Amino acid sequence: MSLWRQLSRGVGALLNRRAADRDLAEEVEHYLEQSVAAHLAAGLSPAQARRAARLELGPLPAVREEVRSSGWESRVESVLADLRYAARRLRGAPGFTAVAVFTLALGLGGTTAILSVVHPILFESLPYPEADRLVMVWETPRQHQTFATYHELATRSRSFESLAALRTWQPTLAGGAEPERLEGQRVGAGYFRALRVAPLLGRDLAPDDDRRGGSRVVLLGHRLWQRRFGADPGMVGQEILLDGAGYRIIGVLPPDFENVLAPEAEVWAPLQYDMSEGRAFGHHLRMIGRLRPGVDHSRAADEAAALGRDLADRYPDAFGKGATAVLVPFQEDLVRAVKPVLLAVLGAVSLVLVIACVNVTNLLLARGVQRRGEFALRAALGAGQGRLVRQLLTESLLLAVMGGVAGLGVALLGIRALVALSPPGLPRLSAIGFDPGVFLFGLALASLLGLALGMVPALQAARADAQPDLQLGSRRTAGGHRRTRSALVVAEVALALVLLVSSGLLLRSLSRVFAVPPGFDGPGVLTLQVQTAGQRFTDSTTIRFFTQALEAVGRVPGVTAAALTSQLPLSGDQDEYGAHFEAGPGLGGTSHSVYRYSVSPGYTDVLRIPVRQGRGLTEADRAGAPLVVLISESLARRRFGDRSPLGERLRIGAPGGPALTIVGVVGDIKQMSLAMELSDAVYVPMAQAPFGDAAMSLVVRGASDPTRLAPDIRRAIWSVDKDQPVVRLATMDALLEASAAERRFVLVLFEAFGLTALLLAAAGIYGVLSGSVAERTREIGVRTALGASRTRIAGLVLGQGLRLTALGVALGLAGAMLAGRAIAAMLFGVSPLDPLTYGGMIGLLGAIALLASWVPAWRAARVDPARTLREE
Amino acid sequence: VERPSTDVIQGTLDLLILKTLSLTPMHGFGIARRVEQISRGVFKVNPGSLLTALQRLERAGWLDAVWRRTENARRAKFYSLTRAGRKQLDLEAADWTRRASAVARLLRAEG
Repeated sequence: MSLWRQLSRGVGALLNRRAADRDLAEEVEHYLEQSVAAHLAAGLSPAQARRAARLELGPLPAVREEVRSSGWESRVESVLADLRYAARRLRGAPGFTAVAVFTLALGLGGTTAILSVVHPILFESLPYPEADRLVMVWETPRQHQTFATYHELATRSRSFESLAALRTWQPTLAGGAEPERLEGQRVGAGYFRALRVAPLLGRDLAPDDDRRGGSRVVLLGHRLWQRRFGADPGMVGQEILLDGAGYRIIGVLPPDFENVLAPEAEVWAPLQYDMSEGRAFGHHLRMIGRLRPGVDHSRAADEAAALGRDLADRYPDAFGKGATAVLVPFQEDLVRAVKPVLLAVLGAVSLVLVIACVNVTNLLLARGVQRRGEFALRAALGAGQGRLVRQLLTESLLLAVMGGVAGLGVALLGIRALVALSPPGLPRLSAIGFDPGVFLFGLALASLLGLALGMVPALQAARADAQPDLQLGSRRTAGGHRRTRSALVVAEVALALVLLVSSGLLLRSLSRVFAVPPGFDGPGVLTLQVQTAGQRFTDSTTIRFFTQALEAVGRVPGVTAAALTSQLPLSGDQDEYGAHFEAGPGLGGTSHSVYRYSVSPGYTDVLRIPVRQGRGLTEADRAGAPLVVLISESLARRRFGDRSPLGERLRIGAPGGPALTIVGVVGDIKQMSLAMELSDAVYVPMAQAPFGDAAMSLVVRGASDPTRLAPDIRRAIWSVDKDQPVVRLATMDALLEASAAERRFVLVLFEAFGLTALLLAAAGIYGVLSGSVAERTREIGVRTALGASRTRIAGLVLGQGLRLTALGVALGLAGAMLAGRAIAAMLFGVSPLDPLTYGGMIGLLGAIALLASWVPAWRAARVDPARTLREE
Repeated sequence: VERPSTDVIQGTLDLLILKTLSLTPMHGFGIARRVEQISRGVFKVNPGSLLTALQRLERAGWLDAVWRRTENARRAKFYSLTRAGRKQLDLEAADWTRRASAVARLLRAEG
């Protein structure tokens, strides 16, 4: 009841102030009248009675104010008044307001965006229960696993609660309007148990499902279930056609299941390998496990390493020297590649935030100085210290809120841009979103800063003797505050240099990367991937289909040359095998990890990979002919040194395979990325391969722009078999470009941050110099009157600007060296101390600083001595 | 010679208002007048404090306020005690009696 009255009366008064005031006035009025009447009744004359009543009551406005200010709503009213006043003040200084809001928005929005991206990837634990118990198992240096290793660990290790090997799977789903190629995984039965994910419907994979030749069962992702099957629970138990074979749906995964290892995957079928599997020693599997409770990581790692070594000793042909099994915590494994990138970006954006804060500090200080006169006046007119402080707090808060709202926009746009720009290797993209916590933290920080800084002039005004400030108005001689502001500008310049040098180094790295010869001739080459889907394909029919498709493509008008390869350079394909050289005279047997290309004879010609020794592959290297192989230059050098490798023999993959004779050596090419050295490779003729690769990439050179040939090429392939998906259409140039996506991502961000820093630093220099010129107008006028030339005056101001810049650069150099070392891992072909970058960036910063100093200098030179002196 | 204080004892204004209004609804000046008369001039109520207290007590739900026409056709605000106000009065009166008698006892003990 009473709370209700409090609220309703207060709100009523707020909404209808005039009526409330009228009521109050009338009540006071009536009180006075009654009082007068009482005095009259007591026998006073009308004049005396009126006087006595007035005396008793005091001044009527004061009474009204006393009553009026007692309700809570009066406090709201004064806050509103403060807000209105603050808004008016900020509108009155649009330049200051715009720069402050813009700076805050950039700093706050940028940091929020970056942190929103970085936080879920680096700092949040993975979306599985007790995710810290999950480990990935690799063969030494991040080599993919063999099923043999999995089998060894699964049967002999005691460290794992569950363990699963997995590989990607891209089946084609028939039954809809057109066949759809799905992303999926073939996983060991323990996969979902390791992740501790239970199906929403149906059942999980059972060990029984995961047998070689076991029945074909599949689990659906929630999205696929909704998209293709209308979320029908009855689908469990039904059969669907994948790659032309019937798979029985045994379950549907929950909607919130985030499959970190393959975010796009929508179907899961059991791996169904055993040791009789032909690929049991193929390095093409990933392995994930959950450690048993109470087993610590190092113990599990030791055990796995020992088992891995033991296995490698037993099968020396299948594993490279020193092969073992390496346990890496899942989270660490996932972020390994992107961590330095993200941390560097985080570091850069923090610098931007610091610069933004410094800039706003500077602005507020400058403004406080300009307003000292105003505050002195208000204090002299009776504004209490509390009132002044509250007023200023309101103003700072208003500024912070405006900056915050603008920053929110920047953050939302920034997150979108980041996700769009993100390199393909960025994990957990789906978990990235606006992080309100981060944003609020930033906003609170900005507000606190604003509050602290905004209060300085108010406290000064309230404390100090107002006389000098009142007298001087805004034309004071320089004071101590200038030193603070100069120091802040020096800091800004220094931080800007750090960012500029870092982005310069990254820029040079990127151009160095693209200067690396990929080893093949990319321009004018179109690539696409052709897949065989379905049960009708055996090894030999697969090879026949591809041969026919290649012939059909070769007949397309405009195609000058075409070839097939099992893995395409810079496309993300990574097909590594063990190459085992036979012992020869003076050389023992050695094993090397190599990229294996199963290619059609024209492959090296289409990509113009040079043949260094011997010959290339020809049509004569068909099935049944002597088995031949080409090796890369680097592999030849590594194994044979200066001796000719021609005629030597090697085996690829599983031990006991057929020996191949080296007939040629070809140039090295970049497979994984331009910046990666590893290029040991073997090329085998597709026709002699022991198994048909289910997906081959077509490389086509055309007479004109090859992309225009794409529709004809596709038709040509479908003329052989209309059911085979053709995907991943791209020019070789586009692949080259995309291979540096991560580098470009970092570079774009650093460039953006560097540019922002440069702008803010320029704004800082400009602000300090303008302020200083404005304050020294009188001094400058006197100097001019005494005979100083305009050039000299301009030089004075320019000199001041350049001194600040020089000091900032000197400090920034130290920071830049530290930053260079921090991002050294991301640099390529350029020293972290690259003098060209340093020189260029110092030059750029100097030029911008000069530009920022120019305007105030020019203004100083135009000061009219007569006018300033008259004003004295 | 210093004049004896006529200030209302700190914290008792509410009690005085409630008690005064427990007899009959009144307007602001009436309340002030009544307090003065009954206290035989010991207390003089400050009009500003009185009107502020009336607004506060009204918002607390202890008083009701209605505008009435007076004989000379003006609007006047009349206050009356609500049921909650009556309860509050009992509470505050009891509290006051307790305190006052305690003070009285203390004074007696010293004398």
